[in-house]
Amino acid sequence: MSDIVLPDRLRDVAEPVRRIRTPARLDYVFMAGKATSRFLNAVAEKRLVGQRCPVCRKVYVPPRGVCPTDGVPTEEEIELPHVGTVTSFCVVNVQFYGQVMELPYVSALILLDGTDIPLMHLIQEVPADQVHMGMRVEAVWVPDEELGPTLESIKYFRPNGEPDADYETYKDNV
Amino acid sequence: MRDIAIISFAQTHHARAIEQENEVEMLQPVVVDAIAKAGITKDRIDFVCSGSADYLAGMAFSFVLTLDAVGPWPPISESHVDMDAAWAVYEAWVKMQMGKADIALIYGYGKSSPGNIRRALTRQLDPYTLQPLWADPVSLAAIQARSALDTGTVTTEAMAEVAARSWRSAQDNPYAQLKGDLAAADVLATEPFVDPLRRHDCAPITDGAAAVVLAAGDVARELCERPAWIRGIDHRIEPHMLGVRDLTTSASTAIAAAKAGVGDGPIDVAELHAPFSHQELILAAALGLGDDTAINPSGGALCANPVMTAGLVRMGEVAQRVIDGTADRGVAHATSGACLQQNLVCVLEGE
Amino acid sequence: MAEPELLVAPNVIEYPFSRTTGPMIGAFMTALREGFIVGCTAADGRVIVPPVEYDPDTAEALTEVVEVGDAGVVASWSWVREPLDGHPLDRPFAFALITLDGADVPMLHAVDTGGDVAAMATGMRVRARWADEREGSILDIACFEPEGAR
Ligand SMILES: [Zn+2]
Repeated sequence: MSDIVLPDRLRDVAEPVRRIRTPARLDYVFMAGKATSRFLNAVAEKRLVGQRCPVCRKVYVPPRGVCPTDGVPTEEEIELPHVGTVTSFCVVNVQFYGQVMELPYVSALILLDGTDIPLMHLIQEVPADQVHMGMRVEAVWVPDEELGPTLESIKYFRPNGEPDADYETYKDNV
Repeated sequence: MRDIAIISFAQTHHARAIEQENEVEMLQPVVVDAIAKAGITKDRIDFVCSGSADYLAGMAFSFVLTLDAVGPWPPISESHVDMDAAWAVYEAWVKMQMGKADIALIYGYGKSSPGNIRRALTRQLDPYTLQPLWADPVSLAAIQARSALDTGTVTTEAMAEVAARSWRSAQDNPYAQLKGDLAAADVLATEPFVDPLRRHDCAPITDGAAAVVLAAGDVARELCERPAWIRGIDHRIEPHMLGVRDLTTSASTAIAAAKAGVGDGPIDVAELHAPFSHQELILAAALGLGDDTAINPSGGALCANPVMTAGLVRMGEVAQRVIDGTADRGVAHATSGACLQQNLVCVLEGE
Repeated sequence: MAEPELLVAPNVIEYPFSRTTGPMIGAFMTALREGFIVGCTAADGRVIVPPVEYDPDTAEALTEVVEVGDAGVVASWSWVREPLDGHPLDRPFAFALITLDGADVPMLHAVDTGGDVAAMATGMRVRARWADEREGSILDIACFEPEGAR
């Protein structure tokens, strides 16, 4: 940067401005669209509903309405069990802005039985250092009167006591 | 240079708010339609390029989510512009000129209904001296209109006629959002909105999407009886600072038009991306269009203005007329930025 | 499938940005905080306000900061009947390109005529109304007002 030549009145100013604040806020209305609305409305009824691609037969949850492989609408709805397999996970040890969980906690990818894409949720009721790939887990729902169209209707997943899943059953999702 | 053509075009029925569908659900049928009209399956597409803006829905990298509409698995060759998808056509055209693709899919989508588009578009301006004023695009276009009125470049009556003609033309366009049997006097009888602009002088707020398929050389001839050949395409940009620009003309459009060869032959049809009525007059002058050119037979952006998509729609509207044989040579224009800051001009021809 | 009951939710995005100014915009902001306005001299001798780091024609680095007046002439304007959230005024006002005394390139700001559109005209003279508290921001100029308004 070349040297700037200032007029007299600016030459001896104490603490010239070097940084400005430019805060901005924009308000939106998030529109969930059909597929996400179907999924969340089912969650409010304590149900998990995925959608199956008519071409590749994969079951997506939460559904986005379109198969990312084939680019076709996924209209067939599939009622899903509330149990699945941990395909991967991380242990969160660091505080960050907006975080509500007590540390440490485990975020995991959970492949619900009968689906082809894992869902992200929390694992609790087990020490963080015992969570592992292949662990079988089940959803723990909030009390019925607190159910709503949000994934927070599931408080977390917890081990359901079944033996670990065979790696072959989830190898396509790691 | 390779011969490259638009061989198919599809768009949504544009609306103030498409509430039933999220972005990908709105886009997917349009992509499917464009591919079907091209007579191909998606595995023949060598390159996909899109245009959209994250600020519309308030989601960073939102274009990644809409890729589901094209089925990007196994991995595809893809690119995205944070601009009108007309510039995605330009990128695809360059890639095809390089011989890297024979068939390309280009799409754009804009869903303005989740937010406040006038406020959101202030974020494209200088962050130090303009963003804090929340100088919105309608207010800035109205300043441009006043300059054009003060200098006699346009008249209030001519602006009203542009608006009324657009509404009348849109009556034949099933995809248009606004339409009606309107006369200039009807427009002039309304109250100003942001003076000197009336509501009819301003594009509506729109949700919509569009897609085209490009094909090169013999592939285009094989797939389409009468491809809309891109005979010239160019885009030019002016400084962002409004004060240093002459807002009453469009120097960037004039240069792009010369580079694209607009004046090399008669123009049957021109689709100009003018979100404000005075801008159509400024653009027509910069392009050197005469009375023998039908301007915005679709109704133009004044009758449907899906952000980041309306420029691509202009290309599609001209291409469609060439493909169906109702036009031999046409010009499509797209704009971006405040007060026609950046302009793309494309000449399309039948054989 | 039957149409689902569609879900909508508020989604607020806040950008708490703070930006470094660099010396040129910094000089402009410093002057505003001190209650006056500066521009810069372009390669062709024009005085540009607000100042820019690089010449809009030649892209050469600009270095000469010059003081301009805090009053000037309206080059063009629009009338905002219904101000939006964030606009400088919450009653009808003008956005205007204003060529300040000593400047060759107009700058954008708001003009307050007390809500009276008839008081606005191209070519009219306006003067900056300074904010009571200034921190180095374009908003240190609250708005412009017709010269002699008070
Ligand atoms: Zn599939």
